[in-house]
Amino acid sequence: MADLNINLNHGLELQNPVLTASGTFGYGIEFQDFIDLECLGGFIVKGTTLNPREGNPYPRMAETSSGMLNAVGLQNKGVDYFIEHIYPRIQSVKTNILVNVSGSTISDYAATAEKINELEHIPGIELNISCPNVKEGGMAFGTSCISAAEVVKAVRKVYHKHLMVKLSPNVTNIQEIALAVETEGADSVSLINTLLGMAIDARKRKPVLSTVTGGLSGACVKPIALRMVWQVAQVVKIPVIGLGGIMNAMDAIEFLLAGASAIQVGTANFIDPAITLKIKDGINAYLNENGFKSVKEIIGLI
Amino acid sequence: MKKIIDFTVKENRTLNADTFLLVLYSPELPEIKAGQFVNVKVEGSVSTFLRRPISVHNVEPEKGLLHLMIKIAGEGTRKLATLRPEDKLNVILPLGNWFTQPQSGRCILVGGGVGVAPLLHLAKELKAKGMQPVVLIGTRSEKDIVLKDEFEKYAIVYYTTEDGSYGEKGYPTQHPVLKEHFDHIFCCGPSPMMKAIAQYAYANGIDCEVSLENMMACGIGACLCCVSDTREGHKCVCTDGPVFNINDLKWQI
Repeated sequence: MADLNINLNHGLELQNPVLTASGTFGYGIEFQDFIDLECLGGFIVKGTTLNPREGNPYPRMAETSSGMLNAVGLQNKGVDYFIEHIYPRIQSVKTNILVNVSGSTISDYAATAEKINELEHIPGIELNISCPNVKEGGMAFGTSCISAAEVVKAVRKVYHKHLMVKLSPNVTNIQEIALAVETEGADSVSLINTLLGMAIDARKRKPVLSTVTGGLSGACVKPIALRMVWQVAQVVKIPVIGLGGIMNAMDAIEFLLAGASAIQVGTANFIDPAITLKIKDGINAYLNENGFKSVKEIIGLI
Repeated sequence: MKKIIDFTVKENRTLNADTFLLVLYSPELPEIKAGQFVNVKVEGSVSTFLRRPISVHNVEPEKGLLHLMIKIAGEGTRKLATLRPEDKLNVILPLGNWFTQPQSGRCILVGGGVGVAPLLHLAKELKAKGMQPVVLIGTRSEKDIVLKDEFEKYAIVYYTTEDGSYGEKGYPTQHPVLKEHFDHIFCCGPSPMMKAIAQYAYANGIDCEVSLENMMACGIGACLCCVSDTREGHKCVCTDGPVFNINDLKWQI
């Protein structure tokens, strides 16, 4: 058994580099029939906002070549509901549980983060400045260095545990954004969120999604995600968490080689709800077969 | 408890030009209630990325057999239609809620097209409880009526066809049997048909449940893609449904 332990700093130590991507893993509870959650490096729960959100109208998804588009629009019952009703159900799970935090205004982000700061068993948040499916906020914050820096700065003031910032790929230069959030005190960056895309039903001559555009994920985005992880890992000093189209262990290993210290499994959870632990075992097998004693040895080898 | 099981295909029977019946075997077959569905992995189809949700048509628990009635609607289901005996099929099950089975009263089960699929399992269970369910099947034409004998084993069955080639001509809502006294309606089929039935049930104060079929990615309540608008906001068809009481839906009825 190779050493799979990864320390992401500021109180976030993972027993293995496998996390789950927000919005693809519910609150973890949905997957308890399929895997032992305590075998994960951690899981990141659904995007949470200050106030409840109904999300976008149906249809919210479209299947595409080797991927899917979604336009869920951050449907969630709000941070207070999470704290009162969901946190008590998951707090005893012995793994790292992170909350993905989103908002429409900087004060919303900060207020939500401040509330989650009080939760003993949540060692970190993932700040979502990259959701493409909401009209206000979301990706708007993550596509300019100035606004990305502003929101991270405001949250950093009130949030004292591990602050991971999830970056949008819908930018011209992702290195600049990563550096901007690092400067304002981010403990790590995760990338990529979904790519803005669109699907059309030619027979009906209509867009498939109610919102016309949505976020593309799945196997098809992996080359773009790998490139961006590699680019960001070149310039930041904080750990990079790689995600985007990881469907199996070899995909995950490619992200580690590109410079990611940990990975998140997203859309693949929909197809195989037990895939995360297969990926963990696959990483271990790869390390053993190739004579590596620790997963740290392969991070950023490219 | 939900499971991921590799089933063995025992039979793939063509029912008509675009509908087939898959009979699958596993010694691990879990208990499945009428109205629940399964999520099937499609192998070897380049354009099929996600699983395909399929309603459960029938189960034979003592034999470990699961019956799925499937209509070819696209690449995924077309690929499933090519399965041969002894092929493996990866299935997540059982998923979703189920029809509320009454202890008394008269029940009519209304199915449109391949929407009849989950109603056989329900008719069978109602019959086993000593009830005498009525089934009303609506299709375009006689050739679209499938597994007629199976339904007639468990229920008194009436038919409508749009072209009048079998049973009453027209839609299920126009069949005279519907005017008889019923306490419960269970319905599955195309959305306009379910809405018309829901309207009839609502106007006549009859308890009515419908089974919805929305596009979904995960089938286990994680992706939140398959939502339906209900009086309590957006709810997942995969976990809060697929069966909904019409009073909970925000339909204009």
